[in-house]
Amino acid sequence: MTETTPIIVATDVHKWYDAFHVLQGVDLTVDRQEVVVLMGPSGSGKSTFIRTLNALEDYQQGQIIIDGMELSHDLGNIEAIRREVGMVFQQFNLFPHLTVLQNITLAPIWVRRWPRAKAEEVAMQLLEQVDILEQAHKYPGQLSGGQQQRVAIARALAMQPKIMLFDEPTSALDPEMVKEVLVVMRSLAESGMTMVVVTHEVGFAREVAHRILLMDQGTVVEEATPEQFFQNPQEDRTKLFLSQIL
Amino acid sequence: MSLLLPKSPTPFSASSIVTWLQRNLFSTWYNCLLTIASLWMIYLGGRGLFLWMFSQAQWTVLQANLRLFFVGRFPIDQIWRVWCIVLLLCAVASLTVGVIQRSRILLISVGALTAIGLGIVPLGGGQGPEMIWVTAMGGVSLLNLLLGPWLKTHLPQRLIVRGLPCIWFLTVFVVLWLLTGGLGLSTIGTNVWQGLLLTVLTAVVSIALSFPIGVLLALGRRSPLPVIRTLSVLYIEVIRGLPLIGVLFVAGVMLPLILPSQVQLDAVLRAVCGLTLFSAAYLAENVRGGLQSIPQGQIEAAKALGLNPVLVLGLVVLPQALRSVIPAIVGQFIGLFKNTSLLSIIGLVELTGISRSILSQPRFIGRHGEVYLFIGLLYWLFCYLMSLGSRRLERQLSVK
Ligand SMILES: Nc1ncnc2c1ncn2[C@@H]1O[C@H](COP(=O)(O)OP(=O)(O)OP(=O)(O)O)[C@@H](O)[C@H]1O
Ligand SMILES: [Mg+2]
Repeated sequence: MTETTPIIVATDVHKWYDAFHVLQGVDLTVDRQEVVVLMGPSGSGKSTFIRTLNALEDYQQGQIIIDGMELSHDLGNIEAIRREVGMVFQQFNLFPHLTVLQNITLAPIWVRRWPRAKAEEVAMQLLEQVDILEQAHKYPGQLSGGQQQRVAIARALAMQPKIMLFDEPTSALDPEMVKEVLVVMRSLAESGMTMVVVTHEVGFAREVAHRILLMDQGTVVEEATPEQFFQNPQEDRTKLFLSQIL
Repeated sequence: MSLLLPKSPTPFSASSIVTWLQRNLFSTWYNCLLTIASLWMIYLGGRGLFLWMFSQAQWTVLQANLRLFFVGRFPIDQIWRVWCIVLLLCAVASLTVGVIQRSRILLISVGALTAIGLGIVPLGGGQGPEMIWVTAMGGVSLLNLLLGPWLKTHLPQRLIVRGLPCIWFLTVFVVLWLLTGGLGLSTIGTNVWQGLLLTVLTAVVSIALSFPIGVLLALGRRSPLPVIRTLSVLYIEVIRGLPLIGVLFVAGVMLPLILPSQVQLDAVLRAVCGLTLFSAAYLAENVRGGLQSIPQGQIEAAKALGLNPVLVLGLVVLPQALRSVIPAIVGQFIGLFKNTSLLSIIGLVELTGISRSILSQPRFIGRHGEVYLFIGLLYWLFCYLMSLGSRRLERQLSVK
């Protein structure tokens, strides 16, 4: 496929938890190197949707195509897609029994089958990039929240993914640590990484996003550029949401 | 109570002992009362035991039967094979301790103890070939304890991490070969495996087998496949509802009746089967507890990195789950070790069994106290070593 085809194409995605219709036909197209921010009130289905993109949640209807591969129920296909899609969680989810370096090299060694030396070299470069080189041999429990989240970003990047998903990466952090994580995400966006970010950080959305989507009750209510979204929202729902967070 | 302790009390000065006594034993009137009452009871119990040990007890029963206690009726001309095994285990164990041990002080003190032991044992009146073996054991242990740290600094870490398990693995086969014979050695039937040798052997083999089975059962109990889950639950609940002695009877007495007569399972093998199957069910529940303590986020993070289910389990879930239940698992193994004493009821002559047969000799009738105190000490020693090992392992693996 050419470099101009979209890297994520989700069409009419529906999901039910028993009788509860969480995703009611979500559409999303993301171009290469694009940064898309998902906003919306609590319980609107943002996490659920972003997690369908790497098959942490399944869906019952619709279609998701990641980098030309259609997401199916076949485990091999799911693992192939997960190799290309990195994810950063609200709760960091670092492996507490492994050092920072081992956390980062785990997947490259076992999934990409890189030799240890190569994996460690790449890991050290990434740790330098997220500015915690000196913590390489500590355990996650010995780091601050902001440092842990930066390690989590490095861990996802170590697989050299084509897409990075962030689900509220700064929501579990103390205010003074939010900035250091946003700095890393910002430079990642500038380096041309394709990113889908669920966040309530207005500054980040305004300055870094190429496009902002507002989700409510399992659907995308509005989709706009940051200027339009914040200065001139079209939908009443968006206006209400903005009046609550700004 | 004051939280401020004196900065550095001179360890054994009279005044500090008095302060310690005051603070810990005589701080209030009811503490005084409790202390005096406890001392009185310790005195009563201790005096009886002391008097018995030094006036009535006849320790010759131990001296005369020492070999029976340890190896039973293992052929005398083949005893060297048992010595070889002990020597080999000493060598491998001390090498492992030497390599793993981080603190020099502990190494040096263990080394010193070994050396002192080496000096004392010959004085204790042993003679002949035994002395040579014991000396060799001490010498090899000491050497390896000192060699360990040197190897650690001079060999690549990877080689050590891979090498040690390999050495242990090989050791197992050498031990089995020495015990059973073949390949140039005369064959020895399992019916002459007796005494402490049999106790340790059945315990070690059952522990080694029940661990993987227990882990598999625990995983089976959480499997999404209903058939596997139901079978695991059924197995665990049935076994946990039976007394061990019942399981051993089924394995030892009923199995030969049930199985076709061509299939003849060895008595020791049957006993090991019974112990293993019993222990595995309990182990499965312990491991399940550990599995349940792993947050879902860990599994999701591992999956999101592209790890397949086997890797998720092996690299992320099990290492954390097992770590958190080490104390429970080792407790289970200690129980298993002591439970081997029940094997004497189904006709195996392990430590308890050999004791009973010694006690039935006319010469030693009525010497229960001496014999049971002695084997009690032996059981305790092994269990305590396991418990020590577990604490070490826990500290080594503790999640920082
Ligand atoms: N496993 C589940 N079973 C049933 N309902 C669920 C489950 N997980 C989520 N839900 C429901 O689905 C809805 C969407 O949840 P989701 O986590 O996607 O919301 P969100 O937009 O990420 O909210 P937040 O901003 O609070 O994270 C919520 O109403 C939630 O209660
Ligand atoms: Mg959410």
